[in-house]
Amino acid sequence: MTDTLAGNKTTSQGPRDGLAVLEGARSAAETYGIPLAVLLEVTHRCPLQCPYCSNPVELDRGSTELTTEEWKKVLSELAELGVLQVHFSGGEPTARKDIVELVQHASDVGLYSNLITSAVLLTKDKLSALADAGLSHVQISFQGNEPNVADRVAGLKDAHKKKLEVAKWTRELDMPLTVNAVMHRQNLHQLPDIIQMAVDLDADRLEVANVQYYGWALKNRAALMPTIAQIEETSRIVEDAQVRLKGTLAIDYVVPDYYALRPKKCMGGWGRQFFNISPAGKVLPCHAAESITGLEFESVRSNHSIAWIWQNSEAFNRYRGTGWMPEPCKSCEFREVDYGGCRCQAFALTGDAGNTDPACALSPRHEEIFKQAEQESAGTQNRFLYRNFAGGTLETDEHQARRPDDANGA
Amino acid sequence: MASRNISVSETSRPKLPRHAKLKFDETRQVWVILAPERVLAPDEIAVEVLHLCDGVRSVAQMVDQLAEKYAAPREAILTDVVAMLQDLADKGFLTEARESTA
Repeated sequence: MTDTLAGNKTTSQGPRDGLAVLEGARSAAETYGIPLAVLLEVTHRCPLQCPYCSNPVELDRGSTELTTEEWKKVLSELAELGVLQVHFSGGEPTARKDIVELVQHASDVGLYSNLITSAVLLTKDKLSALADAGLSHVQISFQGNEPNVADRVAGLKDAHKKKLEVAKWTRELDMPLTVNAVMHRQNLHQLPDIIQMAVDLDADRLEVANVQYYGWALKNRAALMPTIAQIEETSRIVEDAQVRLKGTLAIDYVVPDYYALRPKKCMGGWGRQFFNISPAGKVLPCHAAESITGLEFESVRSNHSIAWIWQNSEAFNRYRGTGWMPEPCKSCEFREVDYGGCRCQAFALTGDAGNTDPACALSPRHEEIFKQAEQESAGTQNRFLYRNFAGGTLETDEHQARRPDDANGA
Repeated sequence: MASRNISVSETSRPKLPRHAKLKFDETRQVWVILAPERVLAPDEIAVEVLHLCDGVRSVAQMVDQLAEKYAAPREAILTDVVAMLQDLADKGFLTEARESTA
């Protein structure tokens, strides 16, 4: 998941800046507000091995995870701080035996809770227990519209079948459903069928989220990067479906920022309205922030409250607002529109998190990186490096051979 | 699914869908509607109308109630309420009670 948090996307539906909605009267000089939503990565354990996983390449081991009591304390603190929504995510959040207890606690302290799940570990009883615990919304990731492509991307046999089943249970339990479809070169040809699948599943929302390239996805960029022609076709399909399905299915669309002229307003601005808590309890400006070396992140296990960390930690303050910006951001008229893009991407692609995100056409590195991506998109390297705790495993020839002919998006 | 794509009229019996929660946010001292990845800040009038949207009352009944309370012309209130509810419905923040089969 997690290419999905509201502020972390370039959406074709216009800005929905929660902070502006709720605290519009705040002085423009304020670089952050009361946080609105928090992504809780309760574990990095996951039965899936998606090659674009948004988790860091260095995964937190199960033994380092916060305990039930520690997560409950976190939830209480978040509610007190004014956080309105929490996303239970991972890894696979239902890999934790205490997930129902945690959702119940979120409800008890008045938080709106969202489960971001691969669905493959859920039973109908567990889902029903989650509904009874007050779960507000279920988001299930799909890797394609049929098992050949979907199970190969997930690196797990029968995953797709199981997802369909859990999606059906979700609606039977009258819980709202979002289908999250992560798109890339090897499954974009299935988009029309994925849209229809979401309608057939009676989903309320569909997120068509193109892969964002950091962490695991950056390692797999050559196998995942779509062609420009694919992206143009995708935009056309999405825009058509948005009109056709108005009132039936809401569709949010995240374009791959390599092919955008402006960078995404990552996380709605660094440390501005959202944050993330890692399985081991690190309080992070975003789920990929630990990839930036040289930044120190505070833990919920420290002596500091989460409120203190939000307001005072060096990592949050470093890239807040516009004061840190170099040119061309500093004098750019869009500096408070996109806040210079994504710090993690700037770090991954230029070696300095304080640079302009190269996704921006105004970045001096944009041309070079865009050309490289374009070359990769036209290549024939389709083999995945699967995500796991061992630093990744290359897809085998046998697995590749079983791919249907159209798996490269032809 | 059809219940999601609603056209608000006097006979509609709207309610908030399960994924949308109306609550008073003590920290910010504002009413909010929470939905997946979204937040709305309804104004005072919208909040008053939304509190009447229980899936039982019809829009006509709500309008009667508001017209009486504010001693205002019914037609004007009807127009405003329908427009406001339709806007919320189009954004996915309002649904209609399913037809009773009783």
